[in-house]
Amino acid sequence: MNTHTNTPAVEIENLSFAYRNQNVLEDISLKVPHGSFLGLVGPNGSGKSTLIKCILGLLTPDKGAVKLNGVPVKKFDKWSEIGFVSQKANSFNSGFPATVFEVVSMGLYGKVGLFRFLRKKHKEKVREAIAQVGMEDYTQANIGQLSGGQQQRVFIARALVSDPAILILDEPTVGVDAKSVSNFYTMLRELNNEKGMTLILVTHDIGAMSEYVTDVACLNKCLHFHGDKHVFEDNKEEMMTAMYGHEVNLLEHNHDHGHHHHHHDHDDAGRGQE
Amino acid sequence: MIELLQQLTFLERGIIAGLIIGLICPVIGSFLLVRRMTIISEGLSHITLTGIAAGVFLSQSVVYLGFINPLYTGLLFSLAGSLLVEKLRQIYKHFQELAIPIILSSGIGLSAILISVTPSNTTEWFNFLFGSIVTVSLADLGFIFFTGVIMLVLLGMFYKELLSISFDQEFAATSGISVRKMNFLFAVLIALVISMSMKVIGILLVGAMVTLPVAASIQFAKSFRQVVLIGILIGELSVLGGVMLSIYLNIATGGMIVVTGVFLLILTMLIKKITRYTSGFRLSQS
Ligand SMILES: Nc1ncnc2c1ncn2[C@@H]1O[C@H](COP(=O)(O)OP(=O)(O)OP(=O)(O)O)[C@@H](O)[C@H]1O
Ligand SMILES: [Mg+2]
Repeated sequence: MNTHTNTPAVEIENLSFAYRNQNVLEDISLKVPHGSFLGLVGPNGSGKSTLIKCILGLLTPDKGAVKLNGVPVKKFDKWSEIGFVSQKANSFNSGFPATVFEVVSMGLYGKVGLFRFLRKKHKEKVREAIAQVGMEDYTQANIGQLSGGQQQRVFIARALVSDPAILILDEPTVGVDAKSVSNFYTMLRELNNEKGMTLILVTHDIGAMSEYVTDVACLNKCLHFHGDKHVFEDNKEEMMTAMYGHEVNLLEHNHDHGHHHHHHDHDDAGRGQE
Repeated sequence: MIELLQQLTFLERGIIAGLIIGLICPVIGSFLLVRRMTIISEGLSHITLTGIAAGVFLSQSVVYLGFINPLYTGLLFSLAGSLLVEKLRQIYKHFQELAIPIILSSGIGLSAILISVTPSNTTEWFNFLFGSIVTVSLADLGFIFFTGVIMLVLLGMFYKELLSISFDQEFAATSGISVRKMNFLFAVLIALVISMSMKVIGILLVGAMVTLPVAASIQFAKSFRQVVLIGILIGELSVLGGVMLSIYLNIATGGMIVVTGVFLLILTMLIKKITRYTSGFRLSQS
């Protein structure tokens, strides 16, 4: 939306973060200009989700700074311009008595303001977002009674409903079927091309991703690469060894501390490597 | 307004107080339900008892503190307790339910001490514990009315925010909602609902009024809105039914309200079972 200004949508400067005393991110600097579509890749436990949480102000970095539209994240207040789909989006209480409509509405709460309830145009917007992810037949369905992939689509709709200028997605397509994934990527590309939406997408699906994104960032504690996707494509082999080569050490390190966070396998990443 | 209130008979006062409580308890209960925190009302009601005991003790043993209304010391303790629970929940992030027994046992322990050192008759305690509609004074009704209005305003203002953080704190935070402020507000609301209800329902039974109506409504509700609305309906029915029965049979009001609530809960369970059975029957027919 602010495609013509020079302030980047997201700017990270010398950011470091540690959980207790385990360093997870070291000296990350990254600028995401308005209108770009960044694919963020890296092995499990490489700190992608942690970086996303720092960007959104959910975690406070030990060193360095994050700015959204040039505003330090602590002072940022235009949250309706940011859309977010968390990696753990469907870890909610599955008995929660909310309809798809209610859940997607939550994406507008930042915009609607105190006291006011959703007006007609807001409700219209909610229906539109639900249709955008192909869930219009489930508008009044209970969120807990949908399949995992359907829930994920609802959470995508919740992120899209406020027409964000910046959309941040942490592995949004986990559990979404293959056809819908490619539709989804196509939709993201359209949002990026036509509305000029800035996108950050965390994914393990390196092969598919690189067809759609404009830039790639490779993360494994440090930022190993950040730049145009064509440069990434040309040096893919190197990138992969650089990034995933570290993984062996990282895993052993994790074992020592008893932290072992592995929900995803490496199939997609592995395929990308071949 | 005041004049109008003064003209009320004790019975009308009690019923109005009951209706306000029947409206607000299920709303708070709905949020507690989806946050899996309904048990908090038990913990807080016991700390409120400590506050009441402290109020009674002070008003009776310190001459110049004779004006103290135990309702207000109860509210004060309930507020402190609620904020403490919130703090404990943050400390024990992965064992949040621990906060309740900690608060509950401290509350009862302190109450026991305070009650034992206070010269006071047993009927008074009986009324505090089990509620009594005939003892709702004009001042009590004023207290219930104003806390009720404050709560309705706060709930109207922050309904969306409270719903959003109850569903998904992380997302709520990224949509610009201050999770810390909302949790604080919610803690205050819980404290208010407990101290507001205790005169009519009784300390030991407040939890039931918060829990029973939503336990019934969740069986039918398809949306959060419905949980709240059906909950209010059942809450008001329990209050009206309970008050009528308690007057008619001359039995403790709180007890009768709760028993009516339990009865309605069982009824909804039966209805649900029957509708499920008949719709299942229809399915197998077609
Ligand atoms: N809440 C937490 N407390 C302590 N350590 C954590 C926590 N969350 C993550 N970590 C650690 O931080 C590191 C990075 O985790 P992060 O979730 O950012 O990885 P990721 O790149 O998103 O991985 P994945 O691909 O599996 O989603 C991991 O080694 C993990 O053990
Ligand atoms: Mg992750």
